[in-house]
Amino acid sequence: MKIAVASGKGGTGKTTVAVNLALSLKKCTLVDCDVEEPNCAIFLNTSMQKLEEVRLPVPVFDLDRCTYCGKCADFCMYNAIAVFPEKLLFFQDMCHSCGGCAILCPENAVTESTRKIGEIDHARIAELDIYQGKLEVGEPLAVPIIRRVKEYAKDHSVVIYDAPPGTACPVIDTLKDADIALLVTEPTPFGLHDLKLAVDVVRKMNIPLGVIINRDGVGNDCVDRYCEEEGIEIVMRIPNDRRIAEMYSNGIPFIFELQEYREIMLQSYWRIYQIAEAGP
Amino acid sequence: MMEVTVISGKGGTGKTTLAAAFASLAQNAVLADCDVDAADLHLILDPLVEERRDFLGLKLAIKDEDKCIDCGRCLDHCRFSAISEDFEIIRDSCEGCAVCQLVCPEDAISMVDRISGEAFISSTRFGPMVHASLMAGEEASGKLVAMVREMARKVAKNSEKDLVLIDGPPGIGCPVIAAISGVSMVLVVTEPTLSGMHDLERVLGVAEHFKIPSAVIVNKADINEDNTNKIRTYCSERDVPFLGRLPYHDSATESMIKGQTLIEHVDNPLAPIIKDMWNKMEEILSE
Repeated sequence: MKIAVASGKGGTGKTTVAVNLALSLKKCTLVDCDVEEPNCAIFLNTSMQKLEEVRLPVPVFDLDRCTYCGKCADFCMYNAIAVFPEKLLFFQDMCHSCGGCAILCPENAVTESTRKIGEIDHARIAELDIYQGKLEVGEPLAVPIIRRVKEYAKDHSVVIYDAPPGTACPVIDTLKDADIALLVTEPTPFGLHDLKLAVDVVRKMNIPLGVIINRDGVGNDCVDRYCEEEGIEIVMRIPNDRRIAEMYSNGIPFIFELQEYREIMLQSYWRIYQIAEAGP
Repeated sequence: MMEVTVISGKGGTGKTTLAAAFASLAQNAVLADCDVDAADLHLILDPLVEERRDFLGLKLAIKDEDKCIDCGRCLDHCRFSAISEDFEIIRDSCEGCAVCQLVCPEDAISMVDRISGEAFISSTRFGPMVHASLMAGEEASGKLVAMVREMARKVAKNSEKDLVLIDGPPGIGCPVIAAISGVSMVLVVTEPTLSGMHDLERVLGVAEHFKIPSAVIVNKADINEDNTNKIRTYCSERDVPFLGRLPYHDSATESMIKGQTLIEHVDNPLAPIIKDMWNKMEEILSE
């Protein structure tokens, strides 16, 4: 069973839900797929061991062979290569590592090397495994790291993915193969607007879903009304409690101090399991 | 013409709320919502769309079934897992690189445009605004960010505006890099939480990497005074201007529900603090 905790909007409490749910379940695997800003480890107060570097192929140009014909630049869909009469410029940040330039070069002047774009880290706390992908600062491509970090938990039985915010590439890659998407939102107009976008994506991908309202009570009832109209179940509510916000600010999972929430988390998990079983 | 991008590293720090407040303080600006994944600025600024343009994202490979001989070269060479075992193109995974077309011996693959979203030029009560929406599940948000910025610059030039104020995306990846490259300054909104501080460090690293001056604002500062002070110290050690701190206040949510900026929202203790931040930012920009 793979549970993706996503949200559309950032800062709604995805990591809070993912971490507290994982700690409540005790025996499971938590995968931090928010590789631009991985935060799960902060709340688990653990140091991570590096498992591997994520590297991507990158072209290397042999300028002794290059005739500056410009075919590679014409081919590159990402404008990563520019060729002038006696000069070739390569923009590493734009390269998607498709390998096309190496295939097509008529002079065999292009070979491939690799560059580091991030890393995969791991920690184990009792029966909880945590894997984290981490994008190198200044690198644009999050998706290859997400794909790689998910590989580690592929065969684990209960897996929680902490998804990145938004609805674009990194989220789609996190959601692929999930049995259920839990969409964390806040009961405000911003929260509702982004929830709708996220629901759209999840439905398009044909994944069962449930909503978790965080900071319940802070805004209005717009999210409740929307979920009712759309037939989406609200599987959990986390109240707008300053104690939770303060614990969060210090990197403390709230179930550690508010014991009653462990029970609420476990009950929600049972509901989450049933929704996933029922299918889309 | 100056460009300033509001970013946050972490989502939910109040980036859009602040960008909207700044929009109502800016006298002669074009607004650009570059958080194209979860664009929210329009919920407060209520733009009237005057012009819309299709966004062509990545190209998409399509296959001519009659020509395909199932040789599998496309599958062997595709690095994006976008060709299935039975040699069909998986739309969601295709990054439009055209390698499959390059290696196909039968000329069975062609590359087509794919409409991945829309961009808009609108008018608001605070001046022109450029924004966009990405279709559900479509990729290339960095490219859409670049399109929004390009349109905003043109609008600014044509209407003689001296500032483009950009509401940026969260994170440090492709869309963020597209939203900050070449701007005059980034304003980083953070909150005094351990995760907020972790993300602040990373996002300042990105700004530094691209040699863009930055300044920091702490929102919800009173949630954790210790951490707020640490951020302040951290900024002075790094020589990053600290523009100020905003306390947690219900008016942020109340104004959002009313569709008002924090400057418009009546009897709001946050407004003077934001005005002060804005003045400090203008000072830095004029240096």
